[in-house]
Parts: sequence; structure tokens; C-alpha cells
Amino acid sequence: MEKEILEIRWHGRGGQGAKTAALLFGEAALETGMYIQAFPEYGPERTGAPVSSYNRLSKKPIRIHSGIETPDIVLVLDPTLIGKVDVTAGLKDDGVIIVNTTKSPSEVRKMLGLKDSIKVYTVDAYGIALATIGRAIPNTPMLGSLIKATGILNFDHLLESVRKKLEVKFRGKGADIVDKNIQAIKKAYEETKGEE
Amino acid sequence: MKVVAKTANEAMAEAMRQINPDVVAAYPITPATEIVQIFSSFVHDGLVDTEFIAVESEHSAMSACIGAAAAGARVMTSTSSQGLALMDEVLYIAAALRLPIVICEINRALSAPINIHCDHSDTMNVRDSGWIQIYAEDSQEAYDSVIQAMKIAEEAFLPAMVTADGFILSHAMQRIDMLEDEEVQAFIGEHKSPYNLLDIYNPITIGPLDLQDYFFEHKRQEADAMMKAPEVIKKVADEFGQKFGRKYGLVEEYRLDDAEYAIVVIGSTAGTAKDTVDMMRDKGHKVGLLRIRVFRPFPAEEIVKALKNVRVVGVMDRADGVNAYGGPVFMEVRAALYEEEKKPDVYSFVYGLGGRDVKPVDIERVFQMIMDADKGKKIDRLNYIGVRE
Amino acid sequence: MKETWKELPIGAIIKEPGSSKRFETGDWRTERPVLDPEKCIHCMFCWIYCPDSSIKVENGKMEGFLYEYCKGCGICADVCPTKAITMVREEV
Repeated sequence: MEKEILEIRWHGRGGQGAKTAALLFGEAALETGMYIQAFPEYGPERTGAPVSSYNRLSKKPIRIHSGIETPDIVLVLDPTLIGKVDVTAGLKDDGVIIVNTTKSPSEVRKMLGLKDSIKVYTVDAYGIALATIGRAIPNTPMLGSLIKATGILNFDHLLESVRKKLEVKFRGKGADIVDKNIQAIKKAYEETKGEE
Repeated sequence: MKVVAKTANEAMAEAMRQINPDVVAAYPITPATEIVQIFSSFVHDGLVDTEFIAVESEHSAMSACIGAAAAGARVMTSTSSQGLALMDEVLYIAAALRLPIVICEINRALSAPINIHCDHSDTMNVRDSGWIQIYAEDSQEAYDSVIQAMKIAEEAFLPAMVTADGFILSHAMQRIDMLEDEEVQAFIGEHKSPYNLLDIYNPITIGPLDLQDYFFEHKRQEADAMMKAPEVIKKVADEFGQKFGRKYGLVEEYRLDDAEYAIVVIGSTAGTAKDTVDMMRDKGHKVGLLRIRVFRPFPAEEIVKALKNVRVVGVMDRADGVNAYGGPVFMEVRAALYEEEKKPDVYSFVYGLGGRDVKPVDIERVFQMIMDADKGKKIDRLNYIGVRE
Repeated sequence: MKETWKELPIGAIIKEPGSSKRFETGDWRTERPVLDPEKCIHCMFCWIYCPDSSIKVENGKMEGFLYEYCKGCGICADVCPTKAITMVREEV
């Protein structure tokens, strides 16, 4: 990680787990010795309403407490947010955007009118979630895509860390649901596409 | 010590668990709900020995805390905003009865209009209630301060509230270095109570009518305890620093040594302001920051010492005076400097009401305005920043 | 001279139990209760009703009044079933 503070913004819809994804990612980064922040943006809380959550990562203690306005990385958990929410707002010129969609990265680049310097990745997180978890929950697969696209964390470490957290979260609901989520992350990692 | 990722709500609830109070009486309120909810799960899981009293209002919560503390129990609670306002009249009673109760408070704007986000109007509203007030800059400090507050309260025989900014800290996960349970227990030590209503061998009367002939003496005594509290707070902070390596004081000076321009701020904005100070220092500006950590008792001496050689000071208040002459922090900082022969010019900047985000650029603007004022440009004494004009 | 603030116990507590006994509330009244022992049946109604604990009782018998505390409210005379208590004007 070259930047002093790396900033990430997650876009999702209420109930899709954008907050949980930021928390899981933050904890995984913390375990590698980094300083982290993970926080949601709170507005009217309604299933399906556009929501966002954030991460900051740094090798040094993070003191800043303002909102994130110029992220290095943007993740879009739901393709229908494009056009409704300004998902690229403030995205840095050397930034990365990762979108859950069946479209190709170049199609997304065209739709969003992105500069050449911004990297675009896509993954069919709904398809993957349906095939593995059985429900269209895009947050865990997007964690796999984030690592594939940026390499911020070691992938095996992320899997290990998320597994531990989910085992606590799904306590009593069986190991099955944890395994399915891990499968989803792995599949998304493999299937995330960048541009040629 | 273990490194964990926690929000201020989670971290404060963990501090409560490690303190293991005898009684917690609480009523949940956004954004402090989680503190009460997490702690109640600790009670349910048998991780604490606490008698948890689910009450019907914050007024009842504090009343139950007072009763329990008067009966010699170690007592804590948690609230925010309207909840703290509803406790108001009982807060004065806890303080005057000299009961060492600790509140984990989350800062949230007072209604109306209704809002759930951060400003300091709730705790500023009760600043003269006789409670010690510690404002945390981040979740680590919120955690550390709750542990210190329990010990401070029981040594000063004054109640104490530790506050953290709503959502900005309460719901933001960060790295927390947690102490071991035994370390916390050893640090806070045996519970000390000023008296015990249940001691049948030494029966006492609590809360009698106290008229013209004694009331003033009792209030004078309470004021004296508050005047002596800074020594207790510093002693406890020093002991904490020596044992666990994290140092705290009444105020925190940041790059003030040779500063010509300074801002004064409390709460989480101080972190953002430190980054801004570094940024402006890199550009060659002689700027610095004073963070007031303990607002009650008001550390006038430390503030004067830190600011008297600065040329201009901008005091940032996350609560408006509305019908006063500037925000509460501004008024008191300026008053403290009044008798100094050489003193800075002081301006008021009200910001961030109802959770309005404050960014480095906003803080830079405050510095720019006070630097302009120093160069002869006329600016208002009382300013609002970050509001649509 | 009463205590200074430095000498008082903290929290405005009162450390001496029953100290209100020393506060003689009966230093003024317009009428005082007077008992006719012939009529008294020692039913203790007056003792139950007296708001100032001013009924003197010895060995289960009503023995008169504690005038240091009696405010002369007349409740005892009102509740007495045998009219053994009468209220008389307090002379100077």
C-alpha cells in the first residue's frame, strides 16, 4: 500500500450488507497490523434505500474523522444504483471502481464516462451469490473482488479472517452458511474481470 | 492487552463489562442504544455480576442510579441527547449528593428539529450540573476514559460522564487496544462510596430539606470538590499512562510551542484538526491546536498557559450559545484569558450542528479567517462555518 | 456558631439518627388537646392518627401528650371515639 491513507467507499442498498462488508474488510486489515476505520453513513434506514459505508486504512494511526469525499476505491454492490446515485463522485484520478454487474468493464467505463486513468473491474456478484449462498447477497462476494482488483490484503488471510467473523455472526445457524459465503468470496475472486 | 476493531459504543460497553458495576439502570436511545444493548447481553450471558434495571425513562434511570449509589453500589449508565436532557434535574441531585456514578454518553443534537447526529448541545446543556465531563477524541480514548472515570469519580466523590461523538465515533469501527479484565479491576480497585444507606450500624439521612442556614455550605463544599478534581483526574491519568502507556491530561496541546494562530476544539474534530495543522505547517503557517479533553472542571489555568503567547485563537464550538455571546467553549476560553496582560484575540466559530460534516478544508478556513483578522481584516466576533449562507 | 462548609459531612447527609427529635415543633399552637382519663379506653386511635407522634404511651396505655411536639391540629380529638380528648384555647 503506497498511499498514506487509503479510502474506500461502498455503495449498496439497505439490507445488502454494505456496512457488514466494510466492517469485515476493516477487521481483516486490522489483523495485518494496519490502522483502520470502518463506518456507515446513516440516513433514513429502509430496506432497498441507497446506502454507503466507508473504510480508511493506514500504516499510521488515523486521526481524521470527517466523511470520505475523494475515495481511492469505490465498490458498487447493486448495478441499479448507477444513474440513481453518483457512484463516481470524488473518485480519484488513479482510482479503482468495482461494480456488481453482468456487463463488461469497458461497457461500465462507457456508462459512467470514466477517465482512462481510472481502473474498472466487474463481477456478477448476484449470479455468484445465487449459485453459492442461494440468495442474492452481494456483500461477501464483493470482498473477493476487492482483493482481486487491488491486492490490498493477502487473499488467504482475508478468507481466514472472514470465516472467523462469520462463524461468530452465524453462531447457531450452522457451518453451512459460513462455507457458502467463503465459496462465494472465492468464486468472485476468480471471476472478477478487469480490462484487457 | 489485545488489539481489536471496535466502535466507540462497543468499546464503552466492553469498558463497562470490565468494570463490572454492581448496578446499571438504563434506557436505550440512538446513537447510544448499542451500549445498553451490548451490556445487557453481557448481563444475560453471565459475564458480569451486575443488577441490570430496565427502566421506563432516563429520568428513572438516573433516579435508580442515585438510589443504588447511595446504597453503596458501584453504578453506571449510558444515554444521549434527549435522554440526558430528561435526566437533567436528577443529574444535579447525583452531583450534590456526591455520588460517584459514571455515564457513557454519546453526543447527539438536542431537538428540535429532530436529529440523531452529533453535536455537543446535549452535554453542554448539563455543563453546570456538577458532573465531571471528559470528551473523547476517538474510540480508544472513550474506552480508556470510561475506565479512568470510574476511579476518578470514586476518588473525587463526584459523578462523571465520558462522551464520544455520535455516529462519528459511536458507529465507526477503529483499532482499540483493550486491557485485560484483571488489569482493569486492579486499576479501578475496590469500590469506594461516600456513605452507605444500608449500613444499619451507622444510620444516616439522605436528601433532607436544606434551607437558608445550610444549603450554601453544602454547595460550597460541592464546588470545592470540583476545584480539587483536576488533581484527581491528573493523578488517575498519570497512573493509567504509567501502567498502560497511553497518556492523557486535562487538555492536549498540538504543535502549539511556537504557534501564532491556534484553534481550540473538543471531541473527534480534534483528530481532523491535527491533520489540518500538519498540512498547514507544511505550507509554512505557524498554526497549532488546543484540545480540551476535560471541560468540567474547566481547566482555565492550563488553557491560559497554552494560549497566552498565541496571536489569534479561533474557538470551535459544536453547540451554539443561541442566546449567549458565542458558543460555550468560546465564552469560557475567552473569559479565562481576560486577566492576562498579554493575551490573544479570540473569535467564536460554531460548526457541525446536527452532524454536519467538518472537513480539513473547513478547519483551514477558520485558520485563514483568524490569520486575515490578524492582518487587519475585520471579521465578525461570532461566526458560523459550514452552514449555507 | 453553626458548622462551616469544611466541617459538614459531604452530600448533605445527616449522620445522627433521630436528630429530628431535638427539633421541638410544639412551640406554638392556638389550641391544645386535653385528656379526660376517665373516658379514655386506650384504643390508640389518637396514637395512630397523630401526625407528629405526640401521644405519650406507656405500657400500652395512653398517658397524655408530648406538648414539645404537638402542633395542636386537633386530629386526636376528632378521631377519639369516646370524646376523651377536648381542645382548649392555649392561654398566654
